Amino acid sequence: PVCVAMGDWKTVTVPVLPSDGKNIFQYTSERRISSPGMNSQVLRLPLPSSKSMHTFFSAFCTEENIEQSLSYLDRELTTLGFPSIFAEPRGRELNLISVINCMNELLVLQHKNLRAQEEVEMQHLKLGSDMDHLQNCYAKLKEQLELSKREIVGLQERDRQLQTKNRNLHQLLKNEKDEVQKLQNIISSRATQYNHDMKRKEREYNKLKERLHQLVMNKKDKKIAMEVLNYVGRADGKRGAWRTDKTEARNEEEMYKVLLSDFEQRQKQLLVENAELKKVLQQMKKEIISLLPPQKQKPKERSEDGPVLSDLEEDIGELNKENMWELSCETVREQLTNSIRKQWRMLKNHVEKLDNQVSRVHSGALNDKDVISREDHELETEKLELEIQQCKEMIKTQQQLLQQQLMSPCDDDTTLLLQDCYLLEEKERLQEEWRLFREQKKNFEKERRSFTEAAIRLGLERKAFEEDRGAWLKQQFLSMSTDYKHSESVTTPSAFLGSKYWFKLCPDQDNRLAKSASRQRKPHCLSSPLSAESWQQTPQSITNNSAASTPPARDSKPNQWEESEGEETE
Amino acid sequence: MNFSELFKLTSLLSRFSPNGKCLVWSLEQPDWHCKIDEGSAGLVASCWSPDGRHILNTTEFHLRITVWSLCTKSVSYIKYPKACQQGIAFTKDGRYMAVAERRDCKDFVSIFVCSDWQLLRHFDTETQDLFGIEWAPNGCVLAVWDTCLEYKILLYSLDGRLLSTYRAYEWSLGIKSIAWSPSSQFLAIGSYDEKVRILNHVTWKKITEFEHPTTIANTKTIVYKEVEKSPSAETETLSFPPSRASASSWFSMQSKYDISQVPVSLHHIKPVADRANPKIGVGMLAFSADNCFLATKNDNIPNAVWIWDIQKLKLFVVLEQLSAIQSFQWDPRQPRLALCTGNSKVYLWSPAGCVSVQVPMEGDFQIVSLSWHSSGDSMALLSKDNFCVCYLEREEVK
Repeated sequence: PVCVAMGDWKTVTVPVLPSDGKNIFQYTSERRISSPGMNSQVLRLPLPSSKSMHTFFSAFCTEENIEQSLSYLDRELTTLGFPSIFAEPRGRELNLISVINCMNELLVLQHKNLRAQEEVEMQHLKLGSDMDHLQNCYAKLKEQLELSKREIVGLQERDRQLQTKNRNLHQLLKNEKDEVQKLQNIISSRATQYNHDMKRKEREYNKLKERLHQLVMNKKDKKIAMEVLNYVGRADGKRGAWRTDKTEARNEEEMYKVLLSDFEQRQKQLLVENAELKKVLQQMKKEIISLLPPQKQKPKERSEDGPVLSDLEEDIGELNKENMWELSCETVREQLTNSIRKQWRMLKNHVEKLDNQVSRVHSGALNDKDVISREDHELETEKLELEIQQCKEMIKTQQQLLQQQLMSPCDDDTTLLLQDCYLLEEKERLQEEWRLFREQKKNFEKERRSFTEAAIRLGLERKAFEEDRGAWLKQQFLSMSTDYKHSESVTTPSAFLGSKYWFKLCPDQDNRLAKSASRQRKPHCLSSPLSAESWQQTPQSITNNSAASTPPARDSKPNQWEESEGEETE
Repeated sequence: MNFSELFKLTSLLSRFSPNGKCLVWSLEQPDWHCKIDEGSAGLVASCWSPDGRHILNTTEFHLRITVWSLCTKSVSYIKYPKACQQGIAFTKDGRYMAVAERRDCKDFVSIFVCSDWQLLRHFDTETQDLFGIEWAPNGCVLAVWDTCLEYKILLYSLDGRLLSTYRAYEWSLGIKSIAWSPSSQFLAIGSYDEKVRILNHVTWKKITEFEHPTTIANTKTIVYKEVEKSPSAETETLSFPPSRASASSWFSMQSKYDISQVPVSLHHIKPVADRANPKIGVGMLAFSADNCFLATKNDNIPNAVWIWDIQKLKLFVVLEQLSAIQSFQWDPRQPRLALCTGNSKVYLWSPAGCVSVQVPMEGDFQIVSLSWHSSGDSMALLSKDNFCVCYLEREEVK
């Protein structure tokens, strides 16, 4: 619909202008002096059909009222702020430019207004949809609220029911308890009643018994008797004794003795048990202390508590050293148990700490030291296990071998052979050595014998020499005294003998002797041939003898020697 | 019939008849005899004193107890004895005798010295209606317990002081039986609530209680069940006419023990609720001689004997028999239990195992009670009219 920003239109029947003819002007404006404020009113006019629109557009201005409409338009435009359309005010000629400008302005204004209208419509739509949405939400929320309210009501109802049920049950319980109490009271009252009745009946019964007893006792002289063939000796062989006060006292004494001995026995048992337990506690305490990590000394606390505590600690320490289990007074007992409790608590804390550490390790928080030590520990245990396995296997094999050795002999020959098989080598070696040993022994024997023979021979030779020497000396002296001249010649043969032996006796004859000795070597002999010869012979003979005798002497003497030895030994 | 307590020393036995006569014979000297006539007082019970030289006769209606001396032919009377199950108790060493009395509706206990029958102590007890008294084996404590309407057991010292009182519960039926352990360390109390409570001798307080449920679920308990096995038909050795012995053995069932797998449900009976002295609760208790085991019987599970290990205070073995247990008794030397169930078999249990032994008697021999010899080598098996002595060889018994 087209909004025309014009003055108020009124459907006014205007007297038909004469020039009209066909069209009945339905819409005609009426000249009105419209105030500026009413110019802004927008009138929506129902658009008739296009035909009528045409008539509408042409309804305002006709050929007849051009001037009027122009002036009207001018008025309107000037009031709207547009420049006048007339060329001059109150003129009749149109300023075409201003008219066009005005038209343009009006168009622009129209566009603007249209746009504004569109926007407003959009906004209106939006607001409308928002409103719808909000209304829906509101409706839903209202529904939910209703539901919740209903639920609450339902729950409250249930709660109330349960509470009533609870109360009922409580009430029932109370009733039951009351009933139980009542029944107990009934029972107790009935019990007392029965007791009373029982007592009454018992008294009656006792009276009957008394009566009967009297009757029975009356008849006792006739019938009640005991016939015994002979008296039986007492069990303990003693004679019966009269009942006196002394015996009463003795009985009392016996009874107390029995009781006392029982008490003493029990007390001894308890003391022994107590001592053992105390020992065990002491041991436990020591072990607990050893298990605990070395306690950090807290000097602060000690100094705070002052000398009093330290004295007590010292006392406790002293008491701990002594034989505590022999003391059984209250304070000492308490001290021991208190100290044990303290140590046990410390140990418990320590173990808990260790547990926490272990659990931390398990859960992943690594404490390197602990982890490694555990691995080490596992490795070591594995190693030890291996070692144990090996040792066991070794022991087994050794046992098997031993068994075999002890059990296997099947026949005697093999046993005999096998018996020494392990020592054969050693035996042979031993035998070798024995043989060597024996040989050496023999050799030693031989050598010994030869040495002894040599010694004997030497002894004989010495003896012979001594004799010769003695003889020669004799002769020498004799010859010296008789013939000194012949001493040279004489001495020559004997120089041989004396050459060796005269070194001691005649040192100044050395050279001569030496000469004679050297001369002696010549085969021919000097001076008195008899004596020389004899002397020569004798030396020769002696030498021969000596030479000859020595072997036989050697043989004989040793024989003699041996025989003498043998004789000696025999 | 009554055997002298000191069987080997005195070898006297006595027999009494209801008309008041009591006859005594000697086993060693057959021609020695003695006749005691109570006259019109009648005779209800008779028992020997521990030294074997005195006979204590209880007259009818418990009017009095007459103490007859065989050494001096003298008579003493004890007035107002209590008419209860265990009214007279001797200490183990035979020095003292406790007698329960009742005067003016109050219970008293008198302690006598057995050597000269002098009254040592006389004190009243705080019981409603004393049911029984029993000395501890060390002879220093006397247990006195009340009627089953009140669970109350009182412990008195030898000189009459009350040492302690124990009550487990009120109103329900109370103590049915008690037993002292041989070392006097424990006192076992069996009650109508099917439990055994053990008190210790230091504090006289309960240290544990043993229950007797009808289902045994603990896997550590061994349950021996007696099963019958039919005798093997040895057709070759049948002889005609069949001899008496083989006939009886043919008809009597052999039985042996099987080990049942836990859980085991035991045969139990529901006692009638409105009768007095219901068959419910622990009615038989006995400690073994070495103080290691306690044998109990719960009267509403009448076929089972429960053996408890006292060192561990736990149930050790349950023996389930085919018929109701009549009596059981421990060997006085070893931990060996002999029990009988009213048939002609005697059953032995020891920690090594258990065995059922058929008594080779002709005819019916229903063992209702048994009694071990003090040496543990033989036992007497008693039926209503007969008895037989059973010797145990050392190797045979398992």
